[in-house]
Amino acid sequence: MDWLKIFVDLTHNTIVFSTALVFAAIGGMFSERSGVVNIALEGLMIIGAFTGAVVTFFVDQSLGGSPISPWIGFISAIVAGIIFSLPHAVASIRYQADQVVSGIALNFLAIGVAIYFTKVLFDGSAQTKTLKASFDKWEIPFLADQSTIGALFKAYPTSVIMILVVVISYVVLFKTPFGLRLRAVGEHPRAADTMGINVFRTRYIAVMISGALAAMGGATIVLTTTNNFTHSTISGQGFIALAALIFGKWHPTKTMFAALFFGMATALRSVLQQFGITDYIPVDFIFILPYVLTILVLAGLIGRADAPSALGRPYELGSR
Amino acid sequence: MENNDKLLVRLKKEGGFKNMKKNFMLKSLILILVFSMALIGCAQESEPGEKPEEPTDEPLENEVKVGMVTDVGGVNDNSFNQSAWEGLERLKRAGGDVNYIESQGEGDFEPNLNEFVNGGWDLTWGIGFLMGDAIKAIAEQNPESNFGIIDAVVDAPNVVSTVFKEHEGSYLVGVVAAMTTKSNKIGFVGGMDIPVIKKFETGFLEGVKAVNPDIDVKVEYTGSFTDAGLGKASAATMYDNGVDVIFHAAGGVGDGVFGEASERSGVWVIGVDKDQSITFGDEITLTSMMKYVDEAVYQVSRDYAEGNFKGGIRELGLAENGVGLPDENPNISEEVMNAVNEYKEKIINGEIVVPSGIE
Repeated sequence: MDWLKIFVDLTHNTIVFSTALVFAAIGGMFSERSGVVNIALEGLMIIGAFTGAVVTFFVDQSLGGSPISPWIGFISAIVAGIIFSLPHAVASIRYQADQVVSGIALNFLAIGVAIYFTKVLFDGSAQTKTLKASFDKWEIPFLADQSTIGALFKAYPTSVIMILVVVISYVVLFKTPFGLRLRAVGEHPRAADTMGINVFRTRYIAVMISGALAAMGGATIVLTTTNNFTHSTISGQGFIALAALIFGKWHPTKTMFAALFFGMATALRSVLQQFGITDYIPVDFIFILPYVLTILVLAGLIGRADAPSALGRPYELGSR
Repeated sequence: MENNDKLLVRLKKEGGFKNMKKNFMLKSLILILVFSMALIGCAQESEPGEKPEEPTDEPLENEVKVGMVTDVGGVNDNSFNQSAWEGLERLKRAGGDVNYIESQGEGDFEPNLNEFVNGGWDLTWGIGFLMGDAIKAIAEQNPESNFGIIDAVVDAPNVVSTVFKEHEGSYLVGVVAAMTTKSNKIGFVGGMDIPVIKKFETGFLEGVKAVNPDIDVKVEYTGSFTDAGLGKASAATMYDNGVDVIFHAAGGVGDGVFGEASERSGVWVIGVDKDQSITFGDEITLTSMMKYVDEAVYQVSRDYAEGNFKGGIRELGLAENGVGLPDENPNISEEVMNAVNEYKEKIINGEIVVPSGIE
């Protein structure tokens, strides 16, 4: 067996399966850096996946099949994610509700709304029809044709966007005034307020960015891997993204590598089975591998994970 | 996590929020407007009919109400739930009253079955092996009602258990795969590791072996019938390693196998349950292991309407036309088709006994 090829293919598949996780985890980072817990990532991904699938399907149908329809679906998903994050923002910022409760409520609401409208639009069935249009991989000419290392030079447009998002997030968070204010609001909102920063507005913007990014994650899943939306399209990815965020210590690049690690656990399932490991151990052990890895990493390897100081604490004007 | 003092100093230098945009409410309003327009646009779309031509049947003489409960794949799963529903839609065209409920998890099975039983429906179908226990429980609680189940055997007088000899049909697509592969590497992607899927795997491996025992068959179970992402991962790994034909018996997971194949060239997928070339196209669909669930559901339901319902087991194999290849196979050469027909003859007249892999 050619080990280089196995490595290359594993890398390629890891990126495919991690892209959505990275989007959602970076989204969570913006919200949590501003001090708002975002356990609603799962629900926001559901809304993104639903909108991405439905808009792409109907746009493609009305255009009679067109390569731009997944892009329209992708952009609509971003808009839907922003809108859907607003209830969480209003509840936890304006009304100072418990942010975990509000997030969980949004998760339930998301799956309910998505399935309801899928049934309305698709003749009573809780799954959309299979999308005819979805993202095609971009290839670097010549290099992508090499049989051994070619896979390294092929990627979905969403994976390219994902890398850009990580870089931009890093710059925004650490090199711009907005990023500085965002972090200040998450660490010490009172002090930030004294400095004339509008804590509420900063938090609203952060939660909306997280809605947009998480929805991009959901749309990525339907437009690159599943090609339809069902009740099980998003089942736990939002929470894995949350774990990746903690594993990555609320830092953009570390978070990206944490998400890549979880994506690799999925890709590894296939590789291990197909190289005959199942002759020695039952297949069920391979299925639980990603979760075992998660626990091991979170419990043993990560060290101290310090959350932003004001995380989960609503800010009241004039409070100390 | 940050040093607060340092932050404060930098904040002072940069001076508050004067650079922040103030028209953010306006922007969100515009976004909402744009999105609502997009939604309205969707709502006005209507679906064009893409139904294949429908067989016409004798209208039913009696009124009959037949319900079905899907397992976790719904009626658009491109697989056997969809096939079962097509059987009932055919009954509807003959004058029957039909409906379905989709289950989202195993906890839904019994409540969904009870919906139909309590609603006074004449016959209730449970689709899939996973529903066996639920059907058994509900059938025992409601001896007056009648039930049908696909892919599982439930021992009760008011239940018709319909099982298929998937191993026989899988044997034939194994022959097709073995005669088509150029790399001598073939893949099998299974859903959950349960007896029905084992029958597919065993029959398929036997069929491949009958043609060429040296072919390397990679077998992978995804542990799911719904997560297309896992199917895509399996297919990607297999194709990357030189496999050029994959047979999937994994319900909705198979959508991911087709998805991966559509991004490559020179690779094939063998579909399952329905003629999947209708959904995924002839460019990647070599053939399909048809399981005529629609026919079985239709026949049993029709028998019921005509007063011929009898509990027990119906086992459908090649001889009963319960499994097999689709009628049209544009990707299979005449030579391969002849070989398939020879094997089919031998299985039907008992010359070849295909093991099912389960006791």
